[in-house]
Amino acid sequence: MEKEILFGKTPEELKEITQKLGMPNFTAKQISEWLYKNNARSFEQMTNLSKKARQLLEEQYEVGVTDFTKVQASTDGTKKYLFPTQNNRYIESAYIPDAHRATLCVSSQVGCKMGCLFCMTGKQGFQAQLTAGEIINQIMSLPERESLTNIVYMGMGEPFDNLEHVMRSLEIMTSEWGLGMSPRRITVSTIGVIPAMKHFLENSDCNLAVSMHTPFHEERRKLMPIENVYPIAEVIKLLRSFDFGKQRRISFEYIMFAGINDTPEHVKELARLLNGMRCRINLIRFHPIPSTPLRSSNDATIEDFRLALLDKGIRTTVRASRGLDIFAACGLLSTKELVKQQALDF
Amino acid sequence: MDGGLSNFMKSIRLVEVKIDSLTEISENVFVLSFKRLFDFLPGQVVAITTGQDIPPRLYSICSGTDEPRISILFNMKLEGELTPRLAKINVGDMVMVSAPFGAFLGDNEPAWWIASGTGIAPYRSMVRSGLGRLNTLIHGGKTRDSFYFSDELQQLYPDKYIRCCSQETGEGLYSGRLTQWLKDQKTLPENTNFYLCGSSEMVVEVRDILLEKGVIIEKIMSEIYF
Repeated sequence: MEKEILFGKTPEELKEITQKLGMPNFTAKQISEWLYKNNARSFEQMTNLSKKARQLLEEQYEVGVTDFTKVQASTDGTKKYLFPTQNNRYIESAYIPDAHRATLCVSSQVGCKMGCLFCMTGKQGFQAQLTAGEIINQIMSLPERESLTNIVYMGMGEPFDNLEHVMRSLEIMTSEWGLGMSPRRITVSTIGVIPAMKHFLENSDCNLAVSMHTPFHEERRKLMPIENVYPIAEVIKLLRSFDFGKQRRISFEYIMFAGINDTPEHVKELARLLNGMRCRINLIRFHPIPSTPLRSSNDATIEDFRLALLDKGIRTTVRASRGLDIFAACGLLSTKELVKQQALDF
Repeated sequence: MDGGLSNFMKSIRLVEVKIDSLTEISENVFVLSFKRLFDFLPGQVVAITTGQDIPPRLYSICSGTDEPRISILFNMKLEGELTPRLAKINVGDMVMVSAPFGAFLGDNEPAWWIASGTGIAPYRSMVRSGLGRLNTLIHGGKTRDSFYFSDELQQLYPDKYIRCCSQETGEGLYSGRLTQWLKDQKTLPENTNFYLCGSSEMVVEVRDILLEKGVIIEKIMSEIYF
């Protein structure tokens, strides 16, 4: 029988376990500190627990912190890590340092169900949800974790299709008993799964990024099937009902496709749709993937688009393409070659 | 915004409705029916749940627009929160449903309808609503009993109903995945729309095949179950 994993559990859940094992109540707090503050990777390392307590834990549980199995380094300093997850599956995380900060792009699922036309992760289909522990493990097992300043949920998977574990991972990251990170340093990116997004907005202070890519309904549903059930106009209507004050940030991700979504009509419609919203648009170069009819807008078009949006009063930036040479850039993460073929059958 | 989406904001409100019937049509695959409280367009979905503690999930309607009941098709997933409860529900029990919404809509333009598994549901709704009688219907499944509603669909589409079975063989079945069947086609019809509905694995792979065969993206409509 597989042992239950402790990494990813809250102090309350740990308390239930320690009570069940007949341990003193304070043991749960000690374990929590070993897991999230002291980065313990085995019960043996939890030296302020009694020997008997460690033995009891060892018999029925495992810590569940997992080392990466592969790392690739880009010439621009970006690194892509491969982490094993349960049932012999794999995910990727991208570590992206620059002059002022160091960002980790974490995965929330093995694969993805959303099937966006421009995304490499979608090409491997969906294999599994990540647990909160597996999400947090990407941070705790990162060699550069001490230098991390920001976390973005922009790796493999749609975070709001794994709401329970994503919310729990955010709780662990932002709690005093956990990693103690500021929610302002964490951004969750979604394609707009409205009910889950509403739950997130009501229950978290972290930043939100919405993958928009076009303001037009007909065009968006060719790029992103989600538009059929959760249209961008309704996503924005929901966002408008929340107060994005001085702290929490909302941004819209916008991959630039040549001749598709980079026209003056798009600028005009974006301005209409986002009129009066306190937000930012992040323009992203498209990184081509196999079998796609899409091509990236060139740099001059992207700059013109940015200036046109600025002219309409919308704060607009262009995201630097990082880790292209190791396929770590936006939309390129994939572990498809590691997926057993039968798992993809239909 | 088109008519298919105008109900969206209403749709997130759930109302109680009594279950009229629950039928297991194949192992762990069920048709659940309840009174039609709302009009809908063929191809739309409803959100459904058994109670406040379970997040609602979206299911395509598989019944016709003029029928007195709305039916949905679902696959019971043992590890799921909702479907094991739906599978045990009794006639007369209440569930919470939304108004229908969604923009994966059928029309009378020529089309190929491509589905995997329970992705056949919206096409059955379209057929029973009088749409697409001249279309080609391609259904993929792992086993012989994956071809839900095949009796009625075979009658309606004697020559244009292709069932692709990836893990078993059987009379009248194409042996292999539907992607292989598509790859084997030397040409695809022009001026035809391609509707894809089912798992992301199927939709993404079929979309790539169609694009490689020269179909333009404007002709491809996708609905992914998640």
